[in-house]
This record gives sequence, structure tokens and C-alpha cells, in this order.
Amino acid sequence: MATQKMVFSGFGGQGILVLGEVVATIAMKKGNHVTWMPSYGAEMRGGTANCAVIVSDSLIGSPIVQSNIDILCAMNEPSVTKFLPKLRAGGLIIANTSIIKSDIKAIRNDVDVLPIDASNIAGEIGNLRVANMVMLAGFLKKTGMFTMDDIKEVLQERFAGARSKDLIPLNLKAIERGMA
Amino acid sequence: MANKIIYEKSRGLTDTPLTYCPGCSHGTIHKLVAESLVELDVLERTVAIAPVGCSVLAYNFFNCDGIQAAHGRAPAVATGVKRVQPDKIVFAYQGDGDLASIGTAEIIHAAHRSENFTVIFVNNAIYGMTGGQMAPTTLIDQKTTTSPYGRFEETTGKPLLVSEMMAQIPGATYIERVSVHDHAHILKAKRAVKKAFGYQVAGKGFTMIEVLAACPIGWGVTPVNSMKFVKDEMMPYYPLGVYCDRGGEA
Amino acid sequence: MSQKVLMKGNEAIAEAAIQAGCKAFFGYPITPQNEIPEYMSLHMEKRGGVFVQAESEVSAINMCYGAAATGARVMTSSSSPGMALKQEGISYMSGADLPVLMVNVSRCGPGLGGILPAQGDYFMATRGGGNGDYRTPVYAPAYIQEATDLVFEAFDVAEKYRTPVMILLDGMLGQMMEPVEIKPRPPVQVDKSWVTIGDTANRKPNVVNSLSLLGDVLEQQNFERFKKYEQLERVGVMVENTVKDGDEIAIVAYGVPARIAQNAIEELVGEGIKAGLVRPITLWPFPYDTLANLPASVKHVVVAELSMGQLIEDVRLGVNGKFPVHLVNRCGGMVFEPAEIAEAVRKIIKGGV
Repeated sequence: MATQKMVFSGFGGQGILVLGEVVATIAMKKGNHVTWMPSYGAEMRGGTANCAVIVSDSLIGSPIVQSNIDILCAMNEPSVTKFLPKLRAGGLIIANTSIIKSDIKAIRNDVDVLPIDASNIAGEIGNLRVANMVMLAGFLKKTGMFTMDDIKEVLQERFAGARSKDLIPLNLKAIERGMA
Repeated sequence: MANKIIYEKSRGLTDTPLTYCPGCSHGTIHKLVAESLVELDVLERTVAIAPVGCSVLAYNFFNCDGIQAAHGRAPAVATGVKRVQPDKIVFAYQGDGDLASIGTAEIIHAAHRSENFTVIFVNNAIYGMTGGQMAPTTLIDQKTTTSPYGRFEETTGKPLLVSEMMAQIPGATYIERVSVHDHAHILKAKRAVKKAFGYQVAGKGFTMIEVLAACPIGWGVTPVNSMKFVKDEMMPYYPLGVYCDRGGEA
Repeated sequence: MSQKVLMKGNEAIAEAAIQAGCKAFFGYPITPQNEIPEYMSLHMEKRGGVFVQAESEVSAINMCYGAAATGARVMTSSSSPGMALKQEGISYMSGADLPVLMVNVSRCGPGLGGILPAQGDYFMATRGGGNGDYRTPVYAPAYIQEATDLVFEAFDVAEKYRTPVMILLDGMLGQMMEPVEIKPRPPVQVDKSWVTIGDTANRKPNVVNSLSLLGDVLEQQNFERFKKYEQLERVGVMVENTVKDGDEIAIVAYGVPARIAQNAIEELVGEGIKAGLVRPITLWPFPYDTLANLPASVKHVVVAELSMGQLIEDVRLGVNGKFPVHLVNRCGGMVFEPAEIAEAVRKIIKGGV
């Protein structure tokens, strides 16, 4: 891995910015250079949100990802419309197929598609807010960028304190279901 | 027979000769402030904030640390001082152009936060320093260099009643309007000024004393007639008295 | 394993300021710098400092004026239109020789403009919008790590030279996250006998003031103030320069755009076009000497900025006619891609621009 350019995109509230942050944090802890850049325009609350994460073994120049995306993590339909054309040939799209109904292969047959029924799985677990963690499972499955132990370490730091007893098992369950 | 000292200049004032015009009320008001600081034994831990206006040089006259502020910003500067030095005594000395026009946001929000400092608001119904222009406090029909035909309500509104307005602010602890046009009123004004500083020493929050003041040069009248103008023209529109006193609570 | 923490630029700057001994923060909400006052409101009081949300940017800078007059380490932050409002206070603090750290997380303009990143505040930062003869040291970090390092430097320069200083970044650096390790260092020791702290039992009263009515006196004060600016011009310039002998292209850019330019340079070098970067870290004092002394191999100087040609004026002053100077720019919140800069350079080489 020299440099990986990733985009995380979805509705506000789907935890898309947190998902990008978790991936960036894990990559940082493994000694990489990372940048995390949110879209901070005048989007309405609950509208589409996205962030770009770059992971590299050398100092990162531009933190902006406008083209040649290596990995697209899309949680809603507008994310596909907006970012699929910018995914590089041979790139990976992890798609939340609970919501995304487009036939991705019909649009781009030169990319790798990993469908995950993320929102439905999160709903079955009982908390829609962990759909992002179901999506995170896609990274474990496909990229080999990190392990379950790496994720556990970051979750333990994120949810330190009173809420950790409930939240860490909930999030881990979401990831395990996504792996299945 | 030994001489007996019956009066001396307050040590709260320096020996620098005042630069105010003959008949101006600033000198009297400076004296009341200086005496209050000395009597409360806080002069050595006081910081004075001077405004833009005739009293811009006030830091030369008060015998304590002094800061000269931008026009209207004295309450913001005083906030900065008081927040990092809460045990010090801080006062902003402001005129009516400074406080009632360009500095309305700063004075209102200092009161709104109930900043624990004291404001001496000198209302002489005119911009003195810049040559006698109309202020928000200029009286109806009063001629100034920017209301040469007299102040018209239709185009410039009615004179701003600052103490009445400020007293509505929940954070305002003590607001009183006083006058210094004669001896009896000077004594009352002194009590108000000292009470305001006393509240500050006790940590009671925002205090402001509005002082009706004469500007004989700006008004184009003699010093004696300027005192009459305060009494006969200003006081009926700007009633003296306590507009709020929440210092006794809690 | 590194000691680094992933932090937003705005929050990292706020944390660095607290660790640098900032004792008072006065601010006002404006996007995209809100994380700074929010962080300060969360942390300052419990760590021995003061936080006030002022009623306006004008009041915030004047609160800084008052707090700085007592000798405290003082800070404010804002974004472009809010910095415009602070100009009165900046001029007054310069005239009264008061230190303050101001952070401008800039957006695009003019007017209300938008909240997207831009560099249109270059003139306002380096020339000032306030009245009178003064200068403001301006630091322009390109990385969050650098931004936190510069907080310590900027506070020290502010106190040592008794002047307002500014850290100027665009919204990208404020909003993005990078790994950062805050590296505290003790504050510079300076004379503070001048402070108006209300402590006159054993000394004469001090006065903090910018009023000076006598021409000969004020002229002398300005001469004295400019001596310290000249000193800063001698010792305070910071620049990253990767232009080597043999390079034909020098790209000049600051802040995050310099990182984009760096990617463009990598692209060009890959094609055999020899290019290097000049990245001013201080915008004032500006690295004029670096530009004046570029290697003779340089054929073109290319300025990449997110404004309509502001940085280029300083570049031209530095280059002083020795090389042709070209502008590659976007504005209004639009950001160039590396390929855009690289393509512009190719055209310049061909003589197309």
C-alpha cells in the first residue's frame, strides 16, 4: 500500500463521518500517515454527508479526494450517483444494499462490488445507528487493512466510560453480523 | 496657631492639570470617582478604562493604572481586565456618544453578563470632543453642529433614555441617574458613585451611574447658564433617581 | 507506535493554545472556526483560564485588548468576515503594543461569501485592514502538526515583540483531522513591568494607550515600533523551500494549497519536468530573499493560490523581475486539483500562458 484514497458517504445520521474517523484512527495507530476531511459545506442536517480519508506510508499532500477513489463506502443512493463515477477502475465499492437499489455492476463493470445489507442488519440488532459498523465489516472482509483486534482497541478508546458496557458489545455484534 | 487642613485634593487624582473646558462637569465627576476609590481603600488595585471623547485623557488624571479604549468599547476592555483579574476594581468612564451611540452593544452585553465592574456614564447631550455634534441624548430642538436647525424627532427620534433602558436588563445590578449641577446634587451623586463601587467590591455585578453633565462650550452658553440648562432642560426629560437596585438581593 | 492523536485542526489549535498557557479566550460564533470557541468553553475554566463568548467580534478583540493589558496570554479566533470586524482592535493593540494570538480559519468572500475554503484574506492578514502604520506577523500552517507547533511560536513572538500575531488557515485545515502530537514548551520570559494590572501600591500607575497627539512624539513611537518589525524581518522568516539547482519550475503556495501543489510537483517530476516548491510559512515577514535567490536554472515561477492574485504580489516583489511569474488560481470555495496545477505548468512551459 502506497496511498489509499477512500470516500465515506451517506445520509447525515448514518454515522458516516464516524466510520471514516474509525478507519483513519486504526490506520494512524498502525503507523500510517492519515488525513480525514469532511465535506463541510452548507448541507442541511440529515442531508448527505461525506468524508475523505487518505492513508499513506508517506507524507500526504492534498487531503482532498476528487478523483481516482480506491475505496468508496456508500450508504445511500445519492452517494452512488455522486462518487461511483470517481471510483478508479479496479476500485472497491462497499454498498449498503438495504438502501441502494441501483445495479452497480450495470453502471461500472470495471469495479469490485461488496454488497452489505447494513441498515437491515442494524435494524435486526435493534439499533439503526450501528449500520456504519456493519459497513466497517466490509473493510475487514475485503481489504486486509486491519484486524478485529485493531477495531476493538479503537472502540474501547471511543466508548471509554459509562456507556462502554453496552456500546462496545453492540458495535462488535454489528461488525460480526456484517462479516457473516 | 497651627494651620488646619479643611480640604485637599483627593490622592485618587494625579497633579496633572485637567484639560477640560471652563465649566465642564468632568472635573467634578473625576473628583467623585477618585474620592470614592480612596474612601473604599481600593485605589491601588483599580484599573480605569478611558473612552474616546473629552475624557480620552482620563488616564492622566486618575492616580491608578489606566487603559485607553477604542470608541464605545470600554465595557469590552473592562470585561477583559476584570475576567482575568477578578479581585481588581475596574471602571469604565464613558461619554454619551461613546456609550449611547457607538458602544450600545458593548454596554448592553456587559450588563447582560452582569460583569462585576462600574460604569460612569457622563451624559452631556452632545459630542463634546469632536466639536459639538448631535448625540442620541441631545434634547428635542437642541441645536448642535449636526442638528443646526435643532433636533427633530421625526428624523432623529427622541433622546435615548439610557438608564431606563439599562435597568430592564436582568443582569444590571444597580443603575442610578444623578446630576452635578449644584452642591446638593453633587453630594447625592457622590453617594451613588461610592455605592456603585461598594457593590463592585462586594462582587454584586454590573453597576452604572449616569451623570447629567454640562458642556457649556458645546452648548454655546456660559458655565452658569449651563448649570441652569441641566436643571431646567435636562432633568425634566432625564429624571434623577435609582432605576434598579438588585444589590440587596441574595 | 506513535504518541499521536487524530484531531481536527480547530480543536488541535485550541488544545495547543491551552498547553501554551493561554489564560483568556474571547470569541464569537462563525463557521468554519466554531470548534475553537466550543473547545475553549469546554476546557478553559477547568484548566485555570477564562472563556467569554462576546457579543460580537468587535467586542471579542476589545476584550483581548483589556486582558492583554494585564499581561495575560490572550487569544481570539474567527473567520474572514469576523476578522474584518476585528481590524479596529488589531490596530489599537498594535498602537498600544499589546500581544494577542488571533486565529483566522478563513472562508471565501467578499462579503458574507460562503464557508468553503479560500485564501482571499491574504491582503487583510498581511497588509491589515486597520488604520495606521503597523505590521502583523502571520503564520500559515499547511499541516495540523505544524499548526499546533506554530501556536507556541506565535504566542512567544506576540509577547516578545508585544504585537498581535495571526495564524491564518483555510477551512480545510480547520475542519480536517490528522495525527498530531502537541509539543509544549515553556513560554518566553519577557518584561511585564508595563502591565495595567491594578497594582500601584508600590509603583507609579501604568498606562496602556495608543493615543498620541503630538506629531513628533508619535513619529518617534512609530520609528521604535518599526525597529521591532525590522528585527522580525531579519530573524522571523519561516519558509519551506525544495527548489534545487537545476529546477526550471518553482511553484509558490501556502497552506493546504501548498500540499496540492506538492502533488502537482510529484506529477511533473515524474514526467521529467524539474520543479520545486516554495512554501511561505510566515506570510509576514515574507520570504522575499528565498524568491530573490532562486537558482538561475528557474525559468518560471508559478503562484498557486485560492484567491484572485494576492500572494502573487509578494512573490513579484521577491522575484523582482528576475523570472516570469504566473498565476494558477481558483476562488469562491473552489479548490484546484494537483492535475489542474500540473496542466497549467505544462502550458506555461509551452508558452501557452
